[in-house]
Amino acid sequence: MTAALLTLADSRLPAGGHTHSGGVEQAIAAGHVHDPASLAAFLLRRLTTAGAVTAGLAAAATTRSSSGRHRGHVPSPGARSPAGSSSGEPPAPASSELVAALRHLDGEADARTPSPALRAASRQQGRGLVRVGRRAWPSPVWDALPAAPHHPVALGVAAAAGGLTPRDAAAAAAYLSVSGPATAAQRLLALDPLTVAAVTARLAPAIDAVADDALRDGLPADTDPLLDLLAEVHATRGDRFFAS
Amino acid sequence: MPPDHNLADYVDAPTAHRHGGPLRVGLGGPVGSGKTALAAALCRTLGAEYDLAVVTNDIYTTEDADFLRRNAVLPDDRIEAVQTGCCPHTAIRDDITANLDAVELLEARHPGLELVFVESGGDNLTASFSYGLVDVQVFVVDVAGGDKVPRKGGPGVTASDLLVVNKTDLAPLVGADLDVMRRDSATVRGDRPTLLISLREDPAATEVAAWVREQVRVRRLQQG
Ligand SMILES: Nc1nc2c(ncn2[C@@H]2O[C@H](COP(=O)(O)OP(=O)(O)OP(=O)(O)O)[C@@H](O)[C@H]2O)c(=O)[nH]1
Ligand SMILES: [Mg+2]
Repeated sequence: MTAALLTLADSRLPAGGHTHSGGVEQAIAAGHVHDPASLAAFLLRRLTTAGAVTAGLAAAATTRSSSGRHRGHVPSPGARSPAGSSSGEPPAPASSELVAALRHLDGEADARTPSPALRAASRQQGRGLVRVGRRAWPSPVWDALPAAPHHPVALGVAAAAGGLTPRDAAAAAAYLSVSGPATAAQRLLALDPLTVAAVTARLAPAIDAVADDALRDGLPADTDPLLDLLAEVHATRGDRFFAS
Repeated sequence: MPPDHNLADYVDAPTAHRHGGPLRVGLGGPVGSGKTALAAALCRTLGAEYDLAVVTNDIYTTEDADFLRRNAVLPDDRIEAVQTGCCPHTAIRDDITANLDAVELLEARHPGLELVFVESGGDNLTASFSYGLVDVQVFVVDVAGGDKVPRKGGPGVTASDLLVVNKTDLAPLVGADLDVMRRDSATVRGDRPTLLISLREDPAATEVAAWVREQVRVRRLQQG
């Protein structure tokens, strides 16, 4: 792990995440989430379904983008430039194989996201991450991505560009799958922020387990029809605070 | 700090200054001060002169975008509304992603775009736009909020490129002293301009439109 992971998972990273609630706005409207306990249940459910899928996709995108430098291994500490890739070794230029591999992963993300609203939300967040990621971690691998990739695919590329490992990318994806909705719920329900921080902190072992699982062969395909339905209903509302 | 430490490694080349593209004008200010009314007035007055579009940042609904559409100030495809996740000031200052997406969408849809207004959600006196999102910003306050507002300051009042004190027609009704507002604005703003207007009495926002024209002209000169 390097400090780049802290930047990547920081809610302050201006990638547009704060305008998405991860389904929690509609879960609140539908009465599923109303207090810290129901929020914890929602987050755990999201983590082990959507979170697991995004962790798998992000890890795979990092693996593809790092040209065999680290498949699960921590990059060896070498000469580090402060603003660029911290691996010391520049990432491989964007080859046509990488373009094809990332497009394939993007298709895998589509296939795992039956809700059109969630596909749009994921691509919107992917686009936002590419915008800031290109500036934060310049690398030729960005050029291998489509203009608005799925968020986990962009996250995996960002991790590679920042010299992080697939495990780091999976951890960031798993963490982000709960940190965004937790903040949204705190705002919408005016929950005690200390309580919400505690809920998120206590999910750490579950987040780690999801990140570990993400490195197993084969992409996870866990789905949650409730999240899909909530997203579809949410997208039709004219009175929403969050984009998704 | 390593001896070969080079500050240039930490900072981008000056790509922050966009080349080409429309002038982006932020319209900020407290709830109900007249931001949408001003956007509508500017669209009416400047619509025939410039290829223009509007982004709205309603806190909760698409009320402002709907108002602009209903009043047919602009065609539908020139208005984009963004959701701000309960945090209107975050969306215009700390994480401008959703607004950049909206502006870029409008630019892609209308390649000849010359002017984009970004209306913030109604917020408080500390809200201001990031210059990563807009080129210049207008802060709109309301006479009915009391003649103390300019004196209270805050980044919107003190540092905006133009301060608009709107609803001067209400001054006698709320007992606000316009001279006090004018004087206090000048004190906290130094050389930056302030306009006292009433959109009720001048629905064309003549003076503000003239200021916007000047900003477009200056930007064109700068861009060469
Ligand atoms: N009397 C008077 N009313 C005005 C004037 N300008 C705007 N209004 C009214 O003030 C109200 C609020 O105006 P808006 O333009 O919606 O204000 P806003 O700043 O966009 O409000 P939010 O987006 O909700 O923060 C409306 O009812 C306008 O008609 C003015 O110069 N005089
Ligand atoms: Mg408005």
